[in-house]
Amino acid sequence: MSSGLYIHIPFCRTKCPYCDFYSVTQTEKMPLFIASLIREMKLYRGLFAPFDTIYLGGGTPSLLSSDQIKTILDALRKTFSFAPDTEIACEANPGDLTPEAATALRAAGINRITIGVQSFDDRVLAFLGRRHKASEAIAAIKNTREAGFANVGLDLIYGVPGQEIGRWLETLKTALSFVPEHLSCYQLTLELSTPLGSRLQRGELILPHDTLLHEFFTHTSETLEGAGYIHYEVSNFARGYDWMSRHNRKYWNHTPYLGLGPAAHSFAGRRRWWNHRSLDRYIGMVNAGLPPIGGTEILTREQVLLEALYLGMRTREGIDLERFAERYGCDLITEKGTALRALQEQGLITIQDGRLRPTRAGLAVSDSVSVI
Amino acid sequence: MKSIRNFSIIAHIDHGKSTLADRMIQRSGVVDARNFKDQFLDNMDIERERGITIKSQAITLPYRSRNGEEYTLNLIDTPGHVDFSYEVSRSLASCEGVLLLIDAVQGVQAQTVANLYMAMEHELEIIPVINKIDLPAADVERVMEQIDSELGLDPYTALACSAKEGTGVEEIMEAIVQRIPEPKGDPKAPLATTIFDAQYDPFRGTIIHCRIVDGTVRSGDVVRLMHGETIHRVEEVGHFLLPRQKSDSLSAGDVGYIIAGIKTVSDVQIGDTITADRRPCSKPLPGFRESKPVVFASIYPISSDDYEDLAVGLEKYKLNDAAFVYQKDSSVALGQGFRCGFLGLLHLEIVQERLEREYDLSIILSVPSVRYRFTLTDGTILFVDNPAHYPDSMSIARSEEPYIRASMMFPERYMGAVMKLCKEKRGENSNLSYPSPGRIELTIEMPLAEVIYDFYDRLKSVTQGYGSFDYDIIDYRESSLALLDILVNGERVDALSQIVFRGSARERGLRACERLKEEIPRQMFKIAIQGAIGGEIISRTTISPFRKDVTAKCYGGDITRKRKLLEKQKKGKKRMKMVGSVAIPQSAFVAVLKSENT
Repeated sequence: MSSGLYIHIPFCRTKCPYCDFYSVTQTEKMPLFIASLIREMKLYRGLFAPFDTIYLGGGTPSLLSSDQIKTILDALRKTFSFAPDTEIACEANPGDLTPEAATALRAAGINRITIGVQSFDDRVLAFLGRRHKASEAIAAIKNTREAGFANVGLDLIYGVPGQEIGRWLETLKTALSFVPEHLSCYQLTLELSTPLGSRLQRGELILPHDTLLHEFFTHTSETLEGAGYIHYEVSNFARGYDWMSRHNRKYWNHTPYLGLGPAAHSFAGRRRWWNHRSLDRYIGMVNAGLPPIGGTEILTREQVLLEALYLGMRTREGIDLERFAERYGCDLITEKGTALRALQEQGLITIQDGRLRPTRAGLAVSDSVSVI
Repeated sequence: MKSIRNFSIIAHIDHGKSTLADRMIQRSGVVDARNFKDQFLDNMDIERERGITIKSQAITLPYRSRNGEEYTLNLIDTPGHVDFSYEVSRSLASCEGVLLLIDAVQGVQAQTVANLYMAMEHELEIIPVINKIDLPAADVERVMEQIDSELGLDPYTALACSAKEGTGVEEIMEAIVQRIPEPKGDPKAPLATTIFDAQYDPFRGTIIHCRIVDGTVRSGDVVRLMHGETIHRVEEVGHFLLPRQKSDSLSAGDVGYIIAGIKTVSDVQIGDTITADRRPCSKPLPGFRESKPVVFASIYPISSDDYEDLAVGLEKYKLNDAAFVYQKDSSVALGQGFRCGFLGLLHLEIVQERLEREYDLSIILSVPSVRYRFTLTDGTILFVDNPAHYPDSMSIARSEEPYIRASMMFPERYMGAVMKLCKEKRGENSNLSYPSPGRIELTIEMPLAEVIYDFYDRLKSVTQGYGSFDYDIIDYRESSLALLDILVNGERVDALSQIVFRGSARERGLRACERLKEEIPRQMFKIAIQGAIGGEIISRTTISPFRKDVTAKCYGGDITRKRKLLEKQKKGKKRMKMVGSVAIPQSAFVAVLKSENT
């Protein structure tokens, strides 16, 4: 199976108070970072099967100039081999997607763009500390379409303190009006390490109760499925099989992936490793000729099994029981039969045609479903 | 014998017994400062943490009196809880005097009185000691009045001290020498020795703690346990210095230890008399009572794979706790386990905690029960301490439950609240007295089942900490009983069943459902909890499911992190018992007995 390639662009103009992805605001370090990234690539030459996805994530990849993106993609092509139809995805901030920038990205070879819209409600955007307004997001979507992007994804967030379902559904409706190929709808999750997370811990914020969150989740799923989208993973919807994120699906079925850049994670065989979560350390190590690895784990059989189970239960296609047994040496029906039957009776999963699939209600509690 | 003084310190809980013992140990110099730890005699972690004494301990303190003579003071430390009152009585039987410790702030409390009575029964010299005089709220004069009016002792015989600060300790040691009589007894008479404790030593077997009343015992002697009817050869005798100090013999008046190749403490009964096999004393020393468990519960391993480990753990634990009894048992819901008997709820908690701590076991205890007596229509008498063995209701001619006589002391202003509590607990035949103005002593008869769980906590709560409590088991009385079953999602969980008084069955059923609702965490599906008597559902609650539990983002870096969280969750779930598809935490099984106010 083809591998996936992730590149972490660790720069943001400003830090959003809810986000815990690694990034810094020192954009002056970009050239140095790109040079290091190209050196890091070389450490892995020949070690992965040909890639059929490239994913530029961040941080804010759209802060890079189209020349910088071109430099990175050219270096990748020189170092690794790629399938002819490789999915080349890039995350973008609405404010960065001017008509010129969108056109340049397309010209650089990006064929899938996901726009961090987050909301079409300016109050929600303000709460989330976003730089852009809804109107800018709408302009950005138009610009990408005009630049010739056939595969556009929008990222949205729901479950913001005080948010009513009605207002969220309006955001969804607006999103649908652009007929995006892909939608990611994330429930707001606050890590303690973020500014909003510490406000939550101090009791200054109240997140919606799980009953309400369940309603958000269900309404989102119903609305989008009603509009013809496939709810193919907990937070992801595609306007057809071809528009599912080819790259992200690799994370969910233990396909090897290589992550480059600070804080990026990689996986191959039973080994997972991750780079240092510090741009300076990353640059320092790469330039000393060392792999900038911050940690490694080798998964035990139980850990692989648990991951396969919980990741599988996050997807609508679920788990192919025969393949699962072959690949992970565990016959779920024999080993977890009682628990699975109980879940089935509760309407949280279905077992049909050799597949274990979470229902919509099951997807909403997928974490618990996998602790069986 | 002239230079020996055997004494004990008795006190209401928290009146400073262990601290005073610490000061006396330090004063005697048997432990150097480097090795000294607070609560020296409470050497179990549980004792230190809870601030109570569970096991009796004895220690020999050398003392040079003011007139320059050398004395041996044997301090026998006694447990401080009503569960262990028999052990206390045997320790007192080994003494000639006691220090009756009274807190200068709290004054005389129920256990002070109970302890005093017990000391009086043994005709011991009583030295009242008022402790904590350093506290700003200390009211020595009031306590002196109480000593006079409530205890009937001469207040001018009382000593004052601050064990914490060490003031007055010298005077106490001098008083022990001057006022407590030397032991009586004839070293040449036939051997008569009373056992007040037995402890297990992995290398030597059982170490018998005893007081020689008459005669002399030497290593090599063949001795007989008069109640146990067993014969042993004495391997070693000695005194409780630190460490144990071997000696040639123990004679009348001595407090010391005997090692006689006895494997487990269960082979020795507290209160038994040791005599010489060749020349036995005419009859055993008085006061022996077989130690009988009064509270029963089943112990199950959380994971059935741990059954063998539990069996081994119980066997080891039993080596050192003769009062604990157990036998195999099985539950439909919880699998293989053991039915166990305890001296009381505190004893039960201690056993549970020690099994978990010292043997690293994860266990579940079923709902504790007392032992009921049923007379069947065919005349058979049946004792039932396990709800699983509740007889067919059609065959019961008469059902009875054990009763206690409780004695409580509290300030008069709490009278209404206490009476209300006692009435709720089916108290009857109450008797009131006013030992001093403003204070009430209440004795009242109540079913044991009503007090085993939270009575003491409730009493403390309604009297804002000023109420104290002590009890004796008196007899069995006829009572209308019923078996209350608990169903979780329609499945009967036998370990949650309880035998209840029929008159309060409905209320108990409701309470059990409510407690379970609090204890069982929400799960992915609705959980119905029902209380049932016979085929009739008498109470029900439901636990609503959680509907949303899934991480929103799960990409490269999130996968390991999420897996770790799930691994933790799985581990937590392993500490819960699966009943059908419902995970029930350990705490739920005892919580069903709790009432809402605690």
